[in-house]
Amino acid sequence: MAKMNMLHAINSALDISMAEHPQACIFGEDVGYFGGVFRATSGLQEKYGKHRVFNTPLTEQGILGFANGLAAFGAPALAEIQFADYIFPAFDQIVNESAKFRYRSGNEFNVGNLTIRTPYGGGIAGGLYHSQSPEAYFAHTPGLKLVVPRNPYQAKGLLRACIKDDNPVIFFEPKRLYRASVGEVPEEDYTIEIGKAEVVKEGSDITLLAWGAQMEIIEQAAVKAEEAGISCEIIDLRSILPWDAETLIKSVTKTGRLVVSHEAPITNGFGAEIAATIQKECFLHLESPIERVCGLDTPYPLALEKEYVPDALKVFEAIKKSVEF
Amino acid sequence: MTNPNNISLNISHALEFIDGHALNIPTLKILSEQGDILDGATKSELDKETALKIYSTMRFIRLLDERMQAAQRQGRISFYMQCLGEEAAITASAAALKQDDMIMAQYREQAALHYRGFTLEQFMNQLFSNEKDLGKGRQMPVHYGSNELHYLTISSPLGTQIPQATGYAYGQKLKHIDKESGELNSEIDNVTICYFGEGAASEGDFHAGLNMAAVHKAPVIFFARNNGYAISTPADEQFKGDGIAARGVGYGIKTIRVDGADTLAVYEATKKAREIAVTTGEPVLIESIAYRLGAHSTSDDPSGYRTKDEEAEFKNNCPVARFKAWLLKQNWLDEKEDEAIKDKIREEILAALKVAEKVQKPALEELVSDVYDTPIPALQKQYEELKEHIKQYPDAYPITAGRIK
Repeated sequence: MAKMNMLHAINSALDISMAEHPQACIFGEDVGYFGGVFRATSGLQEKYGKHRVFNTPLTEQGILGFANGLAAFGAPALAEIQFADYIFPAFDQIVNESAKFRYRSGNEFNVGNLTIRTPYGGGIAGGLYHSQSPEAYFAHTPGLKLVVPRNPYQAKGLLRACIKDDNPVIFFEPKRLYRASVGEVPEEDYTIEIGKAEVVKEGSDITLLAWGAQMEIIEQAAVKAEEAGISCEIIDLRSILPWDAETLIKSVTKTGRLVVSHEAPITNGFGAEIAATIQKECFLHLESPIERVCGLDTPYPLALEKEYVPDALKVFEAIKKSVEF
Repeated sequence: MTNPNNISLNISHALEFIDGHALNIPTLKILSEQGDILDGATKSELDKETALKIYSTMRFIRLLDERMQAAQRQGRISFYMQCLGEEAAITASAAALKQDDMIMAQYREQAALHYRGFTLEQFMNQLFSNEKDLGKGRQMPVHYGSNELHYLTISSPLGTQIPQATGYAYGQKLKHIDKESGELNSEIDNVTICYFGEGAASEGDFHAGLNMAAVHKAPVIFFARNNGYAISTPADEQFKGDGIAARGVGYGIKTIRVDGADTLAVYEATKKAREIAVTTGEPVLIESIAYRLGAHSTSDDPSGYRTKDEEAEFKNNCPVARFKAWLLKQNWLDEKEDEAIKDKIREEILAALKVAEKVQKPALEELVSDVYDTPIPALQKQYEELKEHIKQYPDAYPITAGRIK
């Protein structure tokens, strides 16, 4: 085991994937010699050559169109969108093409070899256009898988699973944690199953659910709650599509309470889907209404970011409200 | 000193703007309307066997289009699109390729698919979205596709196949990478051809796809079918300047413009384009100038936006008639036999239509298969619930109720 930050862990997963298939390609804006704005692809062009690790022109729809074609050919297409905020020009290629390739052709063709990596979320003083969490837009599209890691170990294992998965996957990387999150990561290959949530900590009074960078926030809130005598069960969803309702249902059936937290705006955020499902499946076990602690229905701000974000204090208040209901 | 702008500067002291039409790209034409090789044109290399296969494909597609257009009017299928007027452009370009080169088409290229060997029955199964349709009855009529024939399944959104063709062609090229040096071998064995109309050339995907193909040297042949209209919008409301060909030049792509009603010109141009793509690994653009003789689709009525006179003028310049005239002059075709074959094809089409119409619709399980490689838990649950519901009310769902396992 080696100490790695999240960028090293991602780089390691990409390295293994490039070695595995002679036609695997990494491409996106500035990912070549420069290694990407966050340096996630550092050193890979030197190792695998300019034909397999290369900068693209600045065209997100072009990157995803190219990626769909390359994946349809049968080569692993490891596309990077520099910021999730800039994924929207590629929306049509992802939602109408990647997601529907297999279905519309009766499995004559598919783009299962496609993996899209993109840094998402706030916390880097990035303002409106470098802080968005667009997962809910894609979660409404059958045919895609959406995965979000919370630390370096998860990042490597989940990214390897995404690349090996026979479906197009979007891998949202919490950019706030790229360098901030450091942990033990095996240097060898391993995968973490997509579609399985992880019970990070067991508890009895309330279930706290989040994913990606927001995991750190609910863990901080849980510390405060435990000090106040409330036992929290903490769950990392890890993948949004498909999402592991079963693990959550089991937990809420036990605790009777649920707080869901995500950075994206609350209205039609993925928390809404979770709340609706749990309300139906756990109706007679619920002791209080399901609480959602999320971003406001505004674009992500710059100066008042601290006020905007669903921080540990806000989550703590929601826990209290739920327990005292 | 190297120039970071990636252009060789040609300094001028005269303040002069270049006109948008300055390129004035010529149009390759080999065959006259009467079926004679024009003076100055190089004799075509098209051999008899290929020529007759091209002709029989054009003849078949014309008859299929005619019959299925009528079937749509009778309410037997929901939609149809003909390739009337563009048979030469599509068939001759497909004929200039290898059977296993990839075709990424827009929607009007059924002749290319038939040239590859897509059978009458396969066309009918797709048009009637029955259980034998390779696409499992999920898409509207004319959204054909076949992995075996290297013909990507049609997507309705316009132009999306253009950057995909670049990616696919890049994969074809990467197959020939030297594992030791990481360098590419100079010659490759396959290319991708990407068809699209001049309307699709307005989409962002066109610009993204061409630019990426040029920069990353993908062996793709972009085949622009400039047929004068994008549904009801004439080409002069679609683009300015020297056509789609000028855009190819603008992206640094080797480009040619051909008379799309001239089978020999299209064949020669595409053959040469393929040779360039396989030997240099680079993209090529062909702009075919033809006229869409029919309606855009069965939802369209061209009488609202173009005159009878205009249509008549182009009807006189029929690509199939022009090629037939050449074949007759070569003594490769017999007029009487041709008529007899047409009658036979008409009968076969009618018979195949009647058979396909009666084949049952896809089974209920095809509703949920292929969304993912295997259905995800939420979808499995929804499927089980749906099955229970249908079992409860079988009369309301007659197509699937009796076949649920």
